[in-house]
Amino acid sequence: MSGVRVLVGTRKGTFILTADAKREKWDVSGPHFAGWEIYHLKGSPADQNRLYASQSSGWFGQIIQRSDDGGKTWFQPGTPPGEPMTTPDGMPKGESNKFVYDTSPETGAPLTTHQFYDGNAVPWVFKRVWHLEPSLTDPDTVYAGVEDAALFHSTDGGQTWQELPELRGAQGHLWQPGAGGMCLHTIVLDPSHPARIFIAISAAGTFRTDDAGTTWRPMNRGLRSEGIPNPHAEVGHCVHRIAMHPSRPHVLFMQKHWDVMRSDDAGESWHEVSGNLPTDFGFPIDVHAHEPDTIYVVPITSDSEHYPPEGKLRVYRSRTGGNEWEALTKGLPQRDCYVNVLRDAMAVDALDPCGLYFGTTGGQVYGSADTGDSWAPIVRDLPPVLSVEVQTLP
Amino acid sequence: MIRVVLPTHLRTLARVDGEVKLDVEGPVTQRAVLDALEARYPMLRGTVRDYVTHRRRAFVRFFACEQDLSHASPDAPLPDAVATGAEPLLIVGAMAGG
Repeated sequence: MSGVRVLVGTRKGTFILTADAKREKWDVSGPHFAGWEIYHLKGSPADQNRLYASQSSGWFGQIIQRSDDGGKTWFQPGTPPGEPMTTPDGMPKGESNKFVYDTSPETGAPLTTHQFYDGNAVPWVFKRVWHLEPSLTDPDTVYAGVEDAALFHSTDGGQTWQELPELRGAQGHLWQPGAGGMCLHTIVLDPSHPARIFIAISAAGTFRTDDAGTTWRPMNRGLRSEGIPNPHAEVGHCVHRIAMHPSRPHVLFMQKHWDVMRSDDAGESWHEVSGNLPTDFGFPIDVHAHEPDTIYVVPITSDSEHYPPEGKLRVYRSRTGGNEWEALTKGLPQRDCYVNVLRDAMAVDALDPCGLYFGTTGGQVYGSADTGDSWAPIVRDLPPVLSVEVQTLP
Repeated sequence: MIRVVLPTHLRTLARVDGEVKLDVEGPVTQRAVLDALEARYPMLRGTVRDYVTHRRRAFVRFFACEQDLSHASPDAPLPDAVATGAEPLLIVGAMAGG
């Protein structure tokens, strides 16, 4: 019987919520990795049992976890305990927690610098993995977006990670951290063009490669950001998230720091589609599984007031690809609600009717089994939710 | 035999209960003990000290024999009581936060 598996990353561990296709009765497992921050976990589209999770802590750093049984059990995919760390010919074996930027052969220092808040040029320093994006076709290939902003990938199931360093050549010396750090938080793979990848960085903008990471270009034409010296600069925009429908990969939707944007030419240019939203600040944006022009956002009051306008938690839906928006409120709190919904904390399933899920900084995960028309809490009292993904099970 | 006490989260990662016992060849220093710890438990690499610089992570502390050894040179000999196994080396997640 078909169903869904909702993967929830929180400030204090992972929770897995499962239901059949009715999406009415839920089983909750967790916390997995109790006490650790789980910025993101996601399942492989090529193998529903293969999950990857980013586990981190301010004390003990970054851990990559993997499950091969749909989240029942987890392990670190590097060299198992007790085995030698090198092969018989002296080569290092898998170290799944190791994210090391490409370095200068002469100095050993990470290549290039970026801008810091104070305007100084500082070297890249690895902090954590914000987002894991498994390959659309190979369960052992997975991309990791990290802070300080860079893109890594693994082709051995997360045992080892290599940077795709050419990204930092796309004017990386001008990138600077947003309030949450300088993070690569969005990775979108193009199903029609296997070598094409879109990524987004706060606060640098959107970038695209058409050759699997050998070369990258900023894709920010049409964005306008008041908070930077040149509002139309080629890089420096605080993009919060981008989303694509797989059937129409040249159309992208973006929730920027302010403004909801749309591109009809694979990111070459953008135009605003905020329309009648009560505020165009927010974090997540997502696309209906079966209707490429139906999109969802969660408006947030402002960059200094990270909660819904008027204390009313409302998802907004556009069935026209933007500009014309309707508030979805049934089942959501419409008074005294001051939570936030973070950029990776919304997901859609592929059932019919399409289901939606989002998590809040107040620890609620809401679900809708009718394309957003009505909502109900699946869980109410988790730690602050950092990410929500969903797998549609056959 | 060197005895090491790990913080709860690292015991969970290493899948061990109680103290860890390690054989260390040569002088018993922080570096030698951490090298032996990471060789035995590869999943702990990067959690106690940085992968590249091998500097202690900021919120990790090393205690032994009622002394804070966190700021000692990684190549300084650890106390004799640790080297002989009479006392454990404590790896501690520092109290931090509000």
